[in-house]
Amino acid sequence: MDTSVFEVAGPVMIGPSSSHTAGAARLSRIARQIAGSPVLKADFGLHGSFAETYKGHGSDKALVAGMLGFREDDERISKAFEEAESQGLSFSFHPTELEGFHENSVEMSLTTEEGLMTIAGSSIGGGEILIKKINGFDVEFSGLTPTLVIFQLDKRGVLSEVTRLLAEHGINIGNMRLSRKAKGDIAACVIEADSDVPAELAEKIKELDNVISARVIHADF
Amino acid sequence: MYNNISGLLRLAQGKSIWQAVLQNEAKAFGRTEEEVFLELDKRFSVMEASAEKALEKSLETAGGLIEGVAKAQWSFALSSGGLCGDFINKLMARALSCSEVNASMGRICAFPTAGACGIIPAVLISIGEKLELPRRTVLEAMLAAAGIGAIIQKNATVSGAEGGCQAECGVAAAMAAAAAVQMAGGDPEKSMHALSFALINCMGLACDPIAGLVQVPCAQRNASQAVNALLSADMALAGMKCVIPADEVIEAMRRTGKMLPPQLKETAQGGIAATPAGKKLRDKIF
Repeated sequence: MDTSVFEVAGPVMIGPSSSHTAGAARLSRIARQIAGSPVLKADFGLHGSFAETYKGHGSDKALVAGMLGFREDDERISKAFEEAESQGLSFSFHPTELEGFHENSVEMSLTTEEGLMTIAGSSIGGGEILIKKINGFDVEFSGLTPTLVIFQLDKRGVLSEVTRLLAEHGINIGNMRLSRKAKGDIAACVIEADSDVPAELAEKIKELDNVISARVIHADF
Repeated sequence: MYNNISGLLRLAQGKSIWQAVLQNEAKAFGRTEEEVFLELDKRFSVMEASAEKALEKSLETAGGLIEGVAKAQWSFALSSGGLCGDFINKLMARALSCSEVNASMGRICAFPTAGACGIIPAVLISIGEKLELPRRTVLEAMLAAAGIGAIIQKNATVSGAEGGCQAECGVAAAMAAAAAVQMAGGDPEKSMHALSFALINCMGLACDPIAGLVQVPCAQRNASQAVNALLSADMALAGMKCVIPADEVIEAMRRTGKMLPPQLKETAQGGIAATPAGKKLRDKIF
């Protein structure tokens, strides 16, 4: 049996819905990690069932709570709006259509000191999520394992430098995906690692030639 | 190892279901007995807290459809005991408390889902109390329940959107029934008969939440399916045998779920959600 008892007896979460509340909170908490620097303003575009039922399921509070870094079992989720106000995070919601996306999906437009970032993802059931788009680049990861999100110039040799650094640190790559909009432009690289990726390694990757940014994402953070 | 109930039964021969489940957890996920029970203990503490929180204090929920139901049931259990007696009324109050906590954006342990989070805590706590069982024995029952749930999740579904309420509250009742038999000292085979009875008792049950909120009929279903778990356990303990093997009952539940129209699968388009009064409530809330 490859289903663990803890997939059935869990997750421990704030109700009422694993997909609409816990999943929503995790989606925005991961988006916050991707954005890196503190989010000043978050605009949530709600798609499908999220748009239809977000108020009754507290998806709105959960999304704001995630943006504040609250975990899915944090009882402060129900007071997320008040917490956001005291922490200086402004937020808004609107219905939207995300073509080809799962019923429970959200597009988050995040304003940080570094500028605007757009991250879209889906809550796929039982509190699990998938990040599907970052700034228009197609990606797909859950954040369940330590994940490196790297933006780089689409030039020869960048990837081999990155994988060399990972190998030097004894980190095995479970999954890797490169996405670009045009040849020779900017590329997004997502690497799911089998073990923890230390923050200083992300810093080293960031210092490589032609790398724009590198961040470690993990649902456990 | 095992892929279905009959495989689990074979492995549990001469021992308990929880021991076979623990063996699988060790083999498939490399977890030690100590790790497993530590985590079970943590999650059971959350279950206990949610089964108690709304007993003394009514909780505010979006739409307010079930505020105070747990408290009312609990005081009814303590004062008159009603027609079913204080044991059953306390059981229902505990299940209702979990539902009320869930609807009020409080902390719960989804088991197998958030909507069905009251059934297993209510059954484990109430039987543990009645039979004065040590915590370890209760955690062993929780492990057995979760192991059985894993099989159902893998071979069928535990999602209301896929299989209706039978797949959420019904499966929770089936897991709880098997666990209840184990707590009462019944052998693994009796546990599986109890599991089958619980599922048979609610085969085809629709998921029809008013206004799409996880409140009505979810709270009432948590209470009634907790009772279903106990009476299914008692039928098995009395020696009644299910004429359909558990794996076939689970498969029947899956197929029945497929046959249910989308209106009856968490869309709030059928059942009591689609009644005039149900629609009126929806319009009032949103």
